[in-house]
Amino acid sequence: MAATVGRICAGAGLLKTSNGAVFNQINAFSTTREWSKGRRMVLATVGALAGGAGALMFALDQSVKASDLELHPPKNPWSHSGLINSLDHSSVRRGYEVYKQVCAACHSMKYIAYRNLIGVSHTEDEAKAEAAEMMVTDGPDEAGNMFQRPGKLSDYFPNPYANEEAARAANNGAFPPDLSYIVSARHGGEDYIFSLLTGYCDAPAGIVLREGQYYNPYFPGGAISMAQALYNEVLEYEDGTPATASQLAKDVATFLKWTAEPEHDDRKRMLIKAAGMFSFLLVVTYYLKRHKWTNIKTRKIEFKPRK
Amino acid sequence: MALNSTLYNAIFKRTSTFVLLAMASTFFFERTFDLSAESIFRSVNQGKLYEDIKKEE
Repeated sequence: MAATVGRICAGAGLLKTSNGAVFNQINAFSTTREWSKGRRMVLATVGALAGGAGALMFALDQSVKASDLELHPPKNPWSHSGLINSLDHSSVRRGYEVYKQVCAACHSMKYIAYRNLIGVSHTEDEAKAEAAEMMVTDGPDEAGNMFQRPGKLSDYFPNPYANEEAARAANNGAFPPDLSYIVSARHGGEDYIFSLLTGYCDAPAGIVLREGQYYNPYFPGGAISMAQALYNEVLEYEDGTPATASQLAKDVATFLKWTAEPEHDDRKRMLIKAAGMFSFLLVVTYYLKRHKWTNIKTRKIEFKPRK
Repeated sequence: MALNSTLYNAIFKRTSTFVLLAMASTFFFERTFDLSAESIFRSVNQGKLYEDIKKEE
């Protein structure tokens, strides 16, 4: 056992061959030195041309991308960015308040049910109370009629419009997208959501906005049909956090991050376990490989050319 | 050496006892491993988890 530990600790020295010697051996077997001058010239030219063509294609591709005048959102230091950092659940809870009181007026969230809130931002009783605030059309009953009932935990978030056409008709032809997976569906993720919500400004000279459009540099094209929704003190938080516009945007972006990636925290828990398990297995594999290769690495092959 | 040979005779000699040992040690190993992973996660994310906001209420 002690010898085994000693061999592992000695580490790099174990069964190591000299790399310099190996390189010389390989070099001695190389056949490139026997190539004719013409062949060498041809191969060098082909290599240079292929490299040049690749570089040209890369440069052309980059130049096309550079012509795209899109303002990319700056990276914000989210408390959940990081390999094992969980979502800030009090922020998720506040973000739900913002969604419910501001965003939900126009945006649906059809893939999130009230039961999903339990254990994430709300207790079971709180989630039941949230669900009961809305009325759902259910049925048919025994007479074949649809009826209204208060929401239950299993109900999904209500849709502000009956269908897409109704949503477009109410919003100058623009369709407010469903927000369930919006963080995953937009370049820049939660940074984009935050920048978009806080980035409204006057349109620069030369940009013409149509009726019902607003200017936002983070929105591709600049002309967005959603008016600025978040202002200071537009709502009051349950937990007394000062409701500045940037706080509202940060909280709702965190909430939307959760709705887009409900498995976020479990995924990061899993990473800790996987890293622990695989680092153990890596050590075992390394030792086992050296152990099994001992015979091959210490073998010497003698080559005797025929006289 | 005495310990080694008793260990060998009691456990490693027979597949049945060896498998039993593997299953029993899996139980303890997995429990410890999961708990320690969870405690790392909790200590890194102190104050941000749902358990933390639940206490406040």
